[in-house]
Amino acid sequence: MANNTQTGGKSFIDNLGKIYGIYTGGFAAFVIILAILEQMGVPNKIIGYLFVFMTVGVYALIGVLSRTAEMGEYYVAGRKVPAIYNGMATGSDWMSAASFIGMAGSLYLLGYDGLAFVLGWTGGYLLVSILLAPYLRKFGQYTVPDFLGARYGGNLARFAGVIVLVSASFTYVTAQIFGVGIIASRFLGISFEVAVFVGLAGILVCSMLGGMRAVTWTQVAQYIILIIAYLIPVVIMSAKVTGVPIPQLMYGQALEKIQALEPALGVVKGHAAVFSDAKGNMNFTDGMNFFALILCLMVGTASLPHILMRYFTTPSVREARQSVAWSLFFIFLLYFTAPSYAAFAKLEVYQNVIGQQITALPGWVKSWGDIGLVGACDAANAATQFALCKGVTGNGDGILQLSEFRIAADAIVLATPEIAGLPYVIAGLVAAGGLAAALSTADGLLLAIANALSHDIYYRMIDPHAPTKRRLIISRVLLVFVAIIAAYTASTKPSTILAMVAWAFSIAASGLFPALVMGIWWKRTTGPAAVAGMLAGYGMCVYYLVMTQFYGMPLWFGVKNISCGMFGMPVAFIVTYVVSLVTAAPPKEMQDFIDSIRIPKGDVKLARAEDALSH
Amino acid sequence: MSDLTPEKAKAYWARTSGLMWTMLGIWFFFSFVVHFFAPQLNTIRIIGFPLGFYMAAQGSLIAFVVSLYWFASKQNAIDEEFGVAEDE
Repeated sequence: MANNTQTGGKSFIDNLGKIYGIYTGGFAAFVIILAILEQMGVPNKIIGYLFVFMTVGVYALIGVLSRTAEMGEYYVAGRKVPAIYNGMATGSDWMSAASFIGMAGSLYLLGYDGLAFVLGWTGGYLLVSILLAPYLRKFGQYTVPDFLGARYGGNLARFAGVIVLVSASFTYVTAQIFGVGIIASRFLGISFEVAVFVGLAGILVCSMLGGMRAVTWTQVAQYIILIIAYLIPVVIMSAKVTGVPIPQLMYGQALEKIQALEPALGVVKGHAAVFSDAKGNMNFTDGMNFFALILCLMVGTASLPHILMRYFTTPSVREARQSVAWSLFFIFLLYFTAPSYAAFAKLEVYQNVIGQQITALPGWVKSWGDIGLVGACDAANAATQFALCKGVTGNGDGILQLSEFRIAADAIVLATPEIAGLPYVIAGLVAAGGLAAALSTADGLLLAIANALSHDIYYRMIDPHAPTKRRLIISRVLLVFVAIIAAYTASTKPSTILAMVAWAFSIAASGLFPALVMGIWWKRTTGPAAVAGMLAGYGMCVYYLVMTQFYGMPLWFGVKNISCGMFGMPVAFIVTYVVSLVTAAPPKEMQDFIDSIRIPKGDVKLARAEDALSH
Repeated sequence: MSDLTPEKAKAYWARTSGLMWTMLGIWFFFSFVVHFFAPQLNTIRIIGFPLGFYMAAQGSLIAFVVSLYWFASKQNAIDEEFGVAEDE
């Protein structure tokens, strides 16, 4: 990998299967060795340290070996990432700490309503593949704003694109670093603020020296670890509860038992209850919000630049399409497993926790209660033992009722190894997986932001004659700079930051999707119209978010502000359409440019020579 | 592009757009239409799963993955038919 020459790069690509095969085998051997060490009495803390440092060390090694000084390698990994590996890299780029740790917990707490996330975070890839990725790959430059600049005739559109890109990606990356901090602090026993900067160092060695090339090969390695770590605990759990180690099929049984237990436990909103409010009554507003969220998450998927730019790295348009299919397949493996975590955890709680004597609760309730993720709040002074019990008044009868039980969303995945009675090494494995998920997403996002600033703002708008070397230095400096700002923001533990992750999807959907799709599919779309549409959609979405979140503005038609794209997207589409009709049609050169990106074969005919990429 | 007559280019884009609309139809059906009927589907049970829940948790996802592989091969066939696929 260290070899920058063409032949060295080629033999690396040819041997990818072998290299990652050995890597996966090595990782399995590492886990087995740690399991043996644990049996020999090595303390848990050491096991946790070994997991975190070994995995982050491997990512850093890949990052250093993939260092590069070539523009094409730095920005688009030399455009030689095969479809299947780009699929894996996209999978870990996509699945964040929220997917890995948070999703199963949300499904536990929300039941059917939580499936909006499962649907919304997968179906968007259809839009990516049919509407955007192949055409952006054919266009073949470095960034999403590059396309906006070339299609809409200049820097105004490029700049509008950068604004949307940075606002959507920055909140997202802050949340990832927050996630890294939580995992690192829990498993290394260091303070959250220190853990954030430790995680930051890990992210930077992966991405700084090698840009997209390093991030790509690190993300493939991270995908392998995160999917192994996600599947193992729940497979064992399924084997234990149902006798069959296929959780995705067997949790149907768990659901059946849960639904049978619900009436006796006094659950008013069942796990599978659809479109209902907290009292379990089906109503229109809840149904509408379910579908609104699905739409915003899907369209947002198809607009987030750190995902779209992954399809700039495949060798051909054809492989870009195949790569989207592989991406969704690798993402699917985790997402269709997540509901089984929720179901098995809920069954355990309903069968072995609720209705038990406080003195006879399973051990995991106490151990996760101690770190504030679970609360058994029967006694009047329960809050002294369980932080989660603050504000909950138990009846003090010595038996735990459903209304006295609290569990944080994060606990579901993290505690499953212990619920299933597995050794600590599996808990360490889960932590390594969560860390891989958070680090890989943070890498991709940071690179998207830094590239937009260095390539689109500095090189394209400020100094188009800057030599390659200076451009690469600027890229790296900006990467470190953005990373430090994001880490600083995360270390202040902003309370709204996690909610803002979901906002990023609505913001991207409102700001970027209409301009990208109409630019490819409707030749009549004009530059001024696209800029007006982007700003109107982005402005609409942010206005609704800020006014409802911070200034107490009532919701419009009951649409939750997480789905502000429901207002932003139509506004952007209508403004783009209307302004296009009242402005002069794009010139012949622009029409030819669009024709040339619609067809896989042949050269791209740029409408303006200055949009060409110089190396 | 150069060896493509305007008529052929038009026909190519018509076929590509047709596939795009078909895929959008599949997308819309499995993202929304199926789930409109979740209350009714939930009365049916398959290996323990209420069917409405199952469609949102797994059924639609499987449809998404399969349709994407189908789309990639179908569009590739169109490209080859019109001779606009990239040279390897």
